[in-house]
Amino acid sequence: MGFRSACGGSKFVLSLLFEFDFRFLCKNFPGMTPTKNYMYKSWWKILSVVLLIYTVVAGLLIKVPDLPALEETVRNLFFHVCMWFGMMILFTVSVINSIRYLRTFNLRYDIYARHYATVGIVMGLLGYATGTVWMSYTWADPNNPATASFGTIAREPKLIGAAIALLIYFAYLVLRDSINDMDKKARISAVYNIFAYAMLFPSIWIVPRILPSLHPGGSEGNPAMNFKDMDSNMRLVFYPAVIGWTLLGVWITTLKIRLSLLKEKQMVQ
Amino acid sequence: MRKICRLLALLSMLLSSTLLHAQGDNNMGDTMRSNGRIYVVITVILVILAGLFLYLIRLDRKMSKLEKNN
Repeated sequence: MGFRSACGGSKFVLSLLFEFDFRFLCKNFPGMTPTKNYMYKSWWKILSVVLLIYTVVAGLLIKVPDLPALEETVRNLFFHVCMWFGMMILFTVSVINSIRYLRTFNLRYDIYARHYATVGIVMGLLGYATGTVWMSYTWADPNNPATASFGTIAREPKLIGAAIALLIYFAYLVLRDSINDMDKKARISAVYNIFAYAMLFPSIWIVPRILPSLHPGGSEGNPAMNFKDMDSNMRLVFYPAVIGWTLLGVWITTLKIRLSLLKEKQMVQ
Repeated sequence: MRKICRLLALLSMLLSSTLLHAQGDNNMGDTMRSNGRIYVVITVILVILAGLFLYLIRLDRKMSKLEKNN
């Protein structure tokens, strides 16, 4: 049992990234047929449900460090920051699938890349939306008129960088859907996806770290990984939360992928 | 079968709210009202999550059925 579940776990992680042909391993394990890849397994979906329930209950109940300006809102870390982590992981899986498409020219990987990017964008938008609410009650100065606060907030390098990154990914979808020829569409959008992924690094990782910013993780290092802001108690919730939210994103993506694959199959027939 | 399931879901939702009310009347309700009633917030979020998960599970099942038929 132990070995089998461990085998399933590592297989899941690897298949997410590379989808190796595990047929040589699966012969001894009935039920792990190669056609039924990670998308059809249920254990990680259950894990996602359990982790998210834990996130909500523990995230709202644990004792958090009393930080100036943040106070109880630091609990948003388990929700807002996880959206960005999930987005980054989904975009990474998307670009890996694009590269695999370019290596094999199997249209299946193109569908994978497309849907991972879409759900990544959705998570990014949710991160933006939750950030708006959070910032309204921590950055905005209630003594100033709203327009004055907006002036400082709109100059935030982190916000501008994230907006650029998301717009580049919007362009990915626009580019895809404007090409009718299937192979051309897949090839051009796969190449574009690699460029879009490369642009993530300057726009959300490097530039906001260089410029002064209200957002944590400006010049003083990584947000959410900073030992000054987060104690060990919060880490116990934060890492499971990241895994839980990411798996939820993957679940939604696999449903979209399965629908697309079914559509393709019906078109061929 | 589907109708029965829907009816059961509706009933359980209605019953759960009355259950919570009933808890408010006796000592059981003290947990829900303690700590600035944070537990109420947790319950609300858990209900939303439950709805989201049930929806996803249903979609998953539907997809599996469609894949089997094809």
